[in-house]
Amino acid sequence: MTSPLPKSGAPAVRMTGIAKRFGDCQAVRDASLEVMPGEIHALVGENGAGKSTMMRILAGIYPPDAGTIEVFGRDVTGWSAARAIDASVGMVHQHFMLVPTLTITENVILGREPTRGFAIDMGRAQREVAEAAERNGFRMNVRQYVRELSVGEQQRVEILKTLVRGARILILDEPTAVLSPPEVQELWRVLRALRDDGGTIILITHKLDEVTEISDTITVVRAGRSVASFPTAGTSPASIAHAMVGRDVVLPGDARDLRAATSAESAQPAPVLEVRNLVVSGERHARAVDDVSFAIQPNEILGLAGVEGNGQSALIEAIVGLRAAKSGEIRVAGTNVTTLSVSEREARGLAHIPEDRHRRGLVLDYSIADNLILGRQRSYTHRGVLDRERILADARAAIEIADIRPADPMLPARGLSGGNQQKIVIARALARQNFVLVAAQPTRGVDVGAIELIHARLRAARDAGTGILLVSAELSEILALSDRVAVMYGGKIVAIVPRAEASEESLGPLMTGASA
Amino acid sequence: MSDAAQTLIPTRTMRDRIFEAVLPPLVALLVSIVAGDLLILAVGQSPGAVYRLMLEGTWGNAYGFGQVLYKATTLTCTGLAVAVGLRAGLFNIGAEGQLAAGGLGAALVGLALPAGAPALVAAPLCMLAALCAGGAVGFVPGVLRAKWGAHEVITTIMLNFIVLAFLSWTMSTQLRVPETLHTSAIHAGALQRLATWLPSFHGSAANASLMIVLIAAILVDQYLFRTRGGFELRAVGLQPDAAENAGISVGRAWIRALTISGALAGLGGINFVLGYEHYYEEGFATGAGFLGIAVALVGRSNPLGVVLAALFFATLSQGGLAINALVPKQMVDALQGVVILAMAASVPEVRRLLASSRKGVR
Repeated sequence: MTSPLPKSGAPAVRMTGIAKRFGDCQAVRDASLEVMPGEIHALVGENGAGKSTMMRILAGIYPPDAGTIEVFGRDVTGWSAARAIDASVGMVHQHFMLVPTLTITENVILGREPTRGFAIDMGRAQREVAEAAERNGFRMNVRQYVRELSVGEQQRVEILKTLVRGARILILDEPTAVLSPPEVQELWRVLRALRDDGGTIILITHKLDEVTEISDTITVVRAGRSVASFPTAGTSPASIAHAMVGRDVVLPGDARDLRAATSAESAQPAPVLEVRNLVVSGERHARAVDDVSFAIQPNEILGLAGVEGNGQSALIEAIVGLRAAKSGEIRVAGTNVTTLSVSEREARGLAHIPEDRHRRGLVLDYSIADNLILGRQRSYTHRGVLDRERILADARAAIEIADIRPADPMLPARGLSGGNQQKIVIARALARQNFVLVAAQPTRGVDVGAIELIHARLRAARDAGTGILLVSAELSEILALSDRVAVMYGGKIVAIVPRAEASEESLGPLMTGASA
Repeated sequence: MSDAAQTLIPTRTMRDRIFEAVLPPLVALLVSIVAGDLLILAVGQSPGAVYRLMLEGTWGNAYGFGQVLYKATTLTCTGLAVAVGLRAGLFNIGAEGQLAAGGLGAALVGLALPAGAPALVAAPLCMLAALCAGGAVGFVPGVLRAKWGAHEVITTIMLNFIVLAFLSWTMSTQLRVPETLHTSAIHAGALQRLATWLPSFHGSAANASLMIVLIAAILVDQYLFRTRGGFELRAVGLQPDAAENAGISVGRAWIRALTISGALAGLGGINFVLGYEHYYEEGFATGAGFLGIAVALVGRSNPLGVVLAALFFATLSQGGLAINALVPKQMVDALQGVVILAMAASVPEVRRLLASSRKGVR
């Protein structure tokens, strides 16, 4: 790091009276910001308040219409992005600019490769990048390809890239928008280490819990103006929210401890689905599903809530047989199905509504009728030949019941709206009495009318005796349908509570790992 | 999307589907005719005269037509082979080796059987040998893909070299009649020439294989579109993830598809060995395996389309001989290339045009 030493007492950044207009939109009208060296400074405000514009002006991406910018006491008003980088101001954007087929090292040195003769000195590059990573507390293998990294790891590569280029003032634009809760914690660890090493960090965010957790100082921007600036210590989320929107806001209450309820459910009828100590390996994490146990009774919908990417997909795939379990046991109506194939599990009464209907749920170029029998083609076969008449007759009946439009069984599924495509998938899964239905994101991308119909069909299946595992990113859907709610976080089930004890307020913190 | 818009879909898709099936070959044909005109003009001949001579030499007389049918028979087999692979989402480039293996298989059984074995027993046995030999060659890349993920394009190409080299070695060390490239004549299993029933075909190589291959095309059509196996195979070809989700074993479907594919290409071997010369000869159908790719593409992987495309390419090939006096034979090879290129280019092109016109209507 070869940056100019800060003049003693001078702030790292001082922006005064900044204004910026885009066409008819006055994005920033009179904003000021003062950031001291060695602090994490949160720039908070509602969407469109002008936070990102201010930071892009600081990073030299746009010139301001009015106002002055000083960095370490030096007037740099109107500088270019290249000069900002040279002067140690680096910005990590929401969308990463990495080449997936290159390694971490190659991405970090891209555009400034150390050479020996005409060749890139890859050994030296790797050494330097690895040293920089270690110095800044990044845990990464610099020889790994970027395409193999999780979003959080990619973000750390972006940060490393900025640091290697000499940044002492690091601007992060909504860095947690794409991260899962454990990745957020890892980011905080990295940022704290940078700050303790003398770095200056400006964090753009609109999430209050993040602000209070990580920042030292807060500047609030509202409608293009900086309206308040104060140290984080001693403020409350309510007062920050008040400053952000200019009036009092009701914040969700604290979470109750909900895990007590999990133990009280042994003496019940035989479960239709039992998952015991299930472990499933993931692509990025050693354990995508980490020692998960639960059971679903007949006539019960168990809602599985959680932020996406916490192992739900791996859990579903393991239950239906698309992915092998590393250890543990899965039982359908008492039969151990852990090592059985998809069709063998289906034959034992397990039905599945896959989360990605375009990829997994439908053969888009097959007709509605063919899609309705996909997976059950065996029962429509007589001596190897498909019984077309029966397929069509059953398709007409299913189209009628499920209200699939247009009602022509010979149409390719591709031509249907998302809601009608999903009705095909659901009609197929419910065509037969099943012990268990695994319903993943059953109403994703579906219009309101179809959602009602799909919910009604799921309830009807439950009332007819099916046990349903409902996985949804929509908490409202989980709460609308479930009899019990489980929360998945970091590959584990962190809580299972009866519906009566579940609410958005109580589940929210569990989903983000706050009280896990 | 409103309900009114949705009810428009049925009529539109039917029309679109017919368009999408018929238009690309027509566009390709048109382009190749224009290109052919230019080529003929370039060598200083009149396109009209050349095309007339070409038609007279192929569909214009019984002998020429018989030769077209003979060539189309082999091409139908290799075209069906590639088409079945494509339906399962696999690109079988190995029809060349599978065809040769099928030919030798048929010949070996024909040589092993005693002379005077009844034709009704011998011929089916020889055909079965051709199917098995080709199928075995197709099975290998199927397993390599299903078990180890080795891409079938690479493995089938490499297998062509291995199979052809192996056949060549077997011939030179064991089987061939000295001073020739072929085996001795088979003792049993030979098929009748068409001239036996229709004397005007006299001299042409067309033979009863034609009927057997047509039956095979019908069976492939039935298999693909009427049976459970075909249903699963096409689902795997269109969307392997959805097929897997439906409990279909994708790997097994791949193995099955490439085995059937190889068997169909192998069946093509009977046309020469049982129907025409009654012996196996090295290089008896060189190029027919690769041309099968073009036949399958022009035939849109549809068995009926494959038969028509095979007739088309057979006509080009035989017509090339007929017009040899006026233009160099290489011109026909060039024309073949143009047809394939036009076909490959026209399919996505037509799709795009249809898509944009549909948007315009809505």
